[in-house]
Amino acid sequence: MKPVFELNEVHYRYDQVAAVDGVSLQIETGTRVALLGANGSGKSTLLRMLDALYFPDSGTIQFQGEALTADRFEDDALAFSFRRRVGLVFQNPDVQLFNPTVFDEVAFAPLQMGWKKDEVLARVDLALRQMEIVELRNRPPHRLSGGEKKRVALASVLVLDPEVLLLDEPTAALDPRSQSQVIDLLIGWAGTGKTVITATHDLSVVEDTSDYCYVLNRGKVVSHGTPGLVLSNTQLLAQANLIHGHRHVHPGGVAHSHPHVHPHNHD
Amino acid sequence: MKAGFIERSLRKLAFESDYASGAERIGAGKGLLQGVDPRVKVAGLFGLVMVAAASRQLPVIAVLFGAAFILALVSRIPVGRLAVWIWTPVLFFTGTVALPALFITPGRMVAALGPVSISAEGLHSAIMLLSRAETAATLSGLLVLTTPWPAVLRALRTFHLPVVFVVILGMTYRYIFVILQSAFEMMESRRSRSVGPLARAERRRIAASSVGVLLSKSLQLSGDVHLAMQSRGFRGEVRLLEDFHAKASDWVWLGGFAALAAAVVWWQR
Repeated sequence: MKPVFELNEVHYRYDQVAAVDGVSLQIETGTRVALLGANGSGKSTLLRMLDALYFPDSGTIQFQGEALTADRFEDDALAFSFRRRVGLVFQNPDVQLFNPTVFDEVAFAPLQMGWKKDEVLARVDLALRQMEIVELRNRPPHRLSGGEKKRVALASVLVLDPEVLLLDEPTAALDPRSQSQVIDLLIGWAGTGKTVITATHDLSVVEDTSDYCYVLNRGKVVSHGTPGLVLSNTQLLAQANLIHGHRHVHPGGVAHSHPHVHPHNHD
Repeated sequence: MKAGFIERSLRKLAFESDYASGAERIGAGKGLLQGVDPRVKVAGLFGLVMVAAASRQLPVIAVLFGAAFILALVSRIPVGRLAVWIWTPVLFFTGTVALPALFITPGRMVAALGPVSISAEGLHSAIMLLSRAETAATLSGLLVLTTPWPAVLRALRTFHLPVVFVVILGMTYRYIFVILQSAFEMMESRRSRSVGPLARAERRRIAASSVGVLLSKSLQLSGDVHLAMQSRGFRGEVRLLEDFHAKASDWVWLGGFAALAAAVVWWQR
């Protein structure tokens, strides 16, 4: 089976600043992949490139063996086919929720795909039930909590039942309860054999949401491997600004500083 | 103590937010007009607004205003809110426009204020203008206060308003709250770092920089929203769903609005 995404020496710059700097990677169908990196590491830009919102300045990106290029996206049929199969959930739900009501929001993508009215209504109902937000149907987005907004944003993408789900910081700015709800929803959805690519700096969700990780720093892939392997390499995580040193006082008065991934339990 | 610039700005922002919340609460309430199909309300109330604007007799306008007032009461719109949100602003705005007519319209003098005099015709013109404006605004207010804004927009689509216009209005409504919240947070942040009254020059500087930052944030947001739209299939033409279902009672309402408008026109033959 062809990989779902294959990137070869991909570069992207904002003005004179390199956001993605020679990234090559391969993502297999049905896997859950985490793009780990601190703020400004290039992971959000990379995610937008995987969603064909940005195209590389140089290098190539292939989706299921077909090149993603601006020229090819001039073709409506190809664009609709790709949008139907790949969905991106943005970090900031206020960016994603641009319609006046939750119903309009979730119905937006199916309507743009030209689906028939009955099918749109059925799929919107299903997505609202899956995300457990039926009661929010007629609410305006500005009256929703952060967790509700995130679930509506997920519903607005999952309504198309895409093959690939791209998530930009899915747990950012959520309270612990909303975080675990979102993670449970993602685990359930990924369990159906879909490909899930998550960009995050939240190391606490990595093991739950991914089978494989790429660590990015200043636009480059600096390491990759299983979550267990990557998370155990504290030196690498510190270099990528994903963790930092804490000063600790151990029983007996011994104080020292070292980077940690785990909670501060020294008893 | 006189409120400072930042406090006044925060109060204004809170008032706007409160207005929007209050309007949404009334629209989602269980009054009489809230249960009417938005398309019927758009057509019926727009028709009455036109009739009010074209009326030449004060009693006719009074009847229309009375009808609007009764509809507001049975739709559970608090009279105080109507006074604050609609009647007072219209009174000030239209009053300002109508004021010169009192003095410059030639005719029989009814009062003198020093070197200037008020004519009966001028007074009549001013009262007509004011009463028409108040009645038309009250009727329009009935529509927006008893109908969620998204439903008003969808109803406008029924009357062949271009999709792009409806979508822009919908997105404007959506992002006003995001930008309002952003402005509120900026002002609160300023307040948390300010002590005592600000000098006039400093107030101007804060106002200008706040406008600049908000504009910059809005531009960034608009770019990201466009990407989010593209990501979900937007290719330059928005498609909307129209899913209204008119009930028998909606037809009765439409007939009622039409009958009232026709009666008023007939009265003025």
